[in-house]
Amino acid sequence: MGMTIIKSFTFTMSVLTAMIVQAQEGIFDEYREMMGDDNPAVFVIDEGEEYWFAPAGPKQATLAECDLGLGPGVLEGAYAYLPRYFEDAGRVMDLEARLEFCMVELQGRSREDIHAKPYSLRGDQGTEMEALAAFIVDQSSAVAVSPSQDRPEERAMYALGEELFYYRAGPHDFSCATCHEQAGMRIRLQDLANLDSHEGAAGAYTSWPAYRISEGVVRTMGWRMRDCLRQQRLPELVMGSPASVALQTYLAVNAAGAELAAPGLKR
Amino acid sequence: MNHSIQSAGMARRNFLRLGAFVAATAMLPAKLLAAMVRPADAFTATGLDSTFAQIGGIPELHDGIIFSTPDIAENGAVVPVKVEIDGNKLPKVDKIYVMVEKNPNPLSAMFNVPAGTKPYVETRVKVAQTCNLYAVVDVDGKLYMAAKETKVTLGGCGG
Amino acid sequence: MAGKIRIRAQQQGDYTEVKALMRHPMETGLRKDQAGEPIPAHFIEEVTVTHKGNVVMHAYWGAAVSANPFLGIQFEGGAPGDEVAVVWTDNKGETGEGTTKIR
Repeated sequence: MGMTIIKSFTFTMSVLTAMIVQAQEGIFDEYREMMGDDNPAVFVIDEGEEYWFAPAGPKQATLAECDLGLGPGVLEGAYAYLPRYFEDAGRVMDLEARLEFCMVELQGRSREDIHAKPYSLRGDQGTEMEALAAFIVDQSSAVAVSPSQDRPEERAMYALGEELFYYRAGPHDFSCATCHEQAGMRIRLQDLANLDSHEGAAGAYTSWPAYRISEGVVRTMGWRMRDCLRQQRLPELVMGSPASVALQTYLAVNAAGAELAAPGLKR
Repeated sequence: MNHSIQSAGMARRNFLRLGAFVAATAMLPAKLLAAMVRPADAFTATGLDSTFAQIGGIPELHDGIIFSTPDIAENGAVVPVKVEIDGNKLPKVDKIYVMVEKNPNPLSAMFNVPAGTKPYVETRVKVAQTCNLYAVVDVDGKLYMAAKETKVTLGGCGG
Repeated sequence: MAGKIRIRAQQQGDYTEVKALMRHPMETGLRKDQAGEPIPAHFIEEVTVTHKGNVVMHAYWGAAVSANPFLGIQFEGGAPGDEVAVVWTDNKGETGEGTTKIR
């Protein structure tokens, strides 16, 4: 029994080692060049704006007075300072956690309602959360990533994120770091970012949320974290949960100073 | 390692913000389009040969067609294609077809090119698997083509 | 949400370059949703680009044109300020339209 586990573990690791190989520099440059700058996220940004100003929930209120950290209704640059500690909530929040807070507080909506379907499934054309994320991040275009680390709660969140990044778990004994702690490598033909370096984290963090070509929808940063954990065969990451906020804080702080260029355009 | 091609913010500023929903019929000059019929059988044909048969036969290779697709595509769901014509070699082109050999239905798009419009189209198509793509042009009923292989990769985790 | 079109029309010397991006799912009818149910085919069948009311490009499309389709064309005879319109019709009879002025 013990031997079987060791054998299967060794097998898994050798497969993994075979899969992560040297990146081929610029292999998709021609493809990306031909794709040009026409990003369908422009439609989703508009849809997000409509959601932002649309009355919803039992209170039939809009999100227009939602405080993303720079004051009620201030959107320009707000995303760049997330995740951050919010006095009114008493915890560190990423964008999705904060939007959920506003939906509950301002619109009177339930957590169940908000979590029922935050992200698109196959065949969907987008969700409210995805549209809001696109709309909000667009208003931090070219703003430097500047997550606050002034408060102990914010520093603790970074430390938790770092711990989770290196935490090996699940049937494949996988951590985020298994794929993302070295530069210049790829899985299949996809480059793997070294997310514990500034350069790698900046490239990833500044380009999410992003329009996912393969799925035809905008994906949020929270969704991206959740999908990484899914691929690690870990339990589903809950939107806005401490684990989700922690991973995003880890990336944001590592990426600090880099200019946001989202929504990006991804394969 | 930035997989972002371009921020939408940038793309957005390049566009005029117009998103009107208007009945399409108001705009269509019906007279000009009356003669055109969707080649439904060509769109539902399976296999390259029967698709060619539906549009009038097997085209001749012609170096006046400049057909660009990426050698390797990051995602088969969206493969950019560009068809340009060297006017010295093919002075007048009436129609442009884009075909993907191994798709369930190879014909992806057909363009009617009026006089005064450059025989030039750029679009993005789905490519089910690595195969040849074809740009076919119709010049007074004669068919010419250019072929180009595009490799389609399986994604990694996602960038 | 469907129906929107973003258009850029730019004068490039003796010709006008038009780039249009359309909001449309372009479903082939071959995919299944998360529950395993087939997603019905839903795609743009016909696209017309006009310049001051004259057709400068007319296209028939199949379901293999990518979701949220892009179309780039070039035509002669345009001038800054002229109106360019893009109209589409899909297999469900829905339509979309957008207009812009040449810059």
